[in-house]
Order: sequence, then structure tokens, then C-alpha cells
Amino acid sequence: MIFNVRLFARARELGGADHLTLDLPDGATVADLRRRLVALHPNLADLEAKCAVAVDAEFANDGHILTEGAEIALLPPVSGG
Amino acid sequence: MIRLTTNAIDYAALTESVCRPDCGGVVLFLGTVRDLTDGRVTLALEYEAYSAMAERKLAEIEQETRRRWPVGEMALVHRLGRLAVGEVSVAAAVSCPHRAEAFEACRFAIDRLKELVPLWKKENWADGSTEWVHPSKSLE
Repeated sequence: MIFNVRLFARARELGGADHLTLDLPDGATVADLRRRLVALHPNLADLEAKCAVAVDAEFANDGHILTEGAEIALLPPVSGG
Repeated sequence: MIRLTTNAIDYAALTESVCRPDCGGVVLFLGTVRDLTDGRVTLALEYEAYSAMAERKLAEIEQETRRRWPVGEMALVHRLGRLAVGEVSVAAAVSCPHRAEAFEACRFAIDRLKELVPLWKKENWADGSTEWVHPSKSLE
């Protein structure tokens, strides 16, 4: 399954693009996505540990199973307000 | 209602919009861009959002606030883009029958916004450097 992972703020700055593309096997979880992301983009590793992952615009925990076509976003610690 | 905007926030109109005859307490909070942080001088802040999720989270915060306090009306608005020192980045207006609950509800809403909503600010320091702000407490 191909996923575009949207990057925001410092994640975009480090990733060099507003999204990164990952290919993951069927049944992959958010945890698998995180591991693949940092394996392919090691400069994101330190930040990734502090980031939340959103699936279809909602927070998703590491055990969440990904489905084809889901919108994924990597969200660094927020600083609105 | 408009929760994210690139325009200057009309907080007078926002306050008017939450007034109701049965609400004697109306509280408006404004977050503004501050000039100094830990001794460093800010020229501007740039705000960005994961907009679809931010809109959803702002709506959820309104629902959470209404569950806890007798809110008549409320409005939460965050501005995006580049803001100079002194400009308003966020406004929260709440009306309740009485002032104690209006203050508490407004405080809750802005505190919750700052911990939950996918919004980020980038410092533009006076020395020319820039830096995304990502507080140590990570969000889950």
C-alpha cells in the first residue's frame, strides 16, 4: 500500500518536502509506518519520537492498522495559541 | 462558523456574536504575538495548521466546553500566516449566564486549544534566524 505522509512544521523542514511517500505491506500499523519513515529518512528520527501520527485527520496510536487510501500526517508537538 | 483565518481577527464582532439575553457574563480572550521569549526578541510569528484536523479539534473543544459549563454561545478563531508583534493570533469568546463559569469556560477552551489543535508557530527572531516551536510535552 502506498501512503503519502503529510509533514508539518519542523518535520517538513527536516523532510525537505510537504509529504513523503512510503510503501507498506497490507496489515501495516502506525508503528510500522513510523519505523519505515525513520529508516528512509534518518534525519527525522529524533523528531519522530516526539510526533503524533494522524490517520484521516484523527490521532492514531501505534497499534492502529492502516488501510489503503488513508490520509496520514506526522504532527510535531503543537504550538498554537 | 469560521475557525481558521488568514485575515486579522475582528474580535469586536466575535464578542458581539456570542452575546445573548440570557447570558450575563461574556469573556473574550486574545492571544497576541509577544516581543520577548527567554531573552530573545521576536520580529514575527508564522502560524500553520493541518486545517481539516484543526477545524475538527476546535469543534470538539467547543463540545467539551459546553459539556462542562452552561455555555450560551462561544467562538474560537485562530489566525494563520505571518503575524507581527502585537497582532492577535487567537481569540476565544464565551458567554454564560454568570461570570464565574464564563471565565472558567474560556480558560478551559484556550488551554485545550493550546494542547490539542494541530497548529504550529515559527519564531522569526530579530537576529534573522527562524525556529519552529515544538514544546517538550508531546501530544497523544
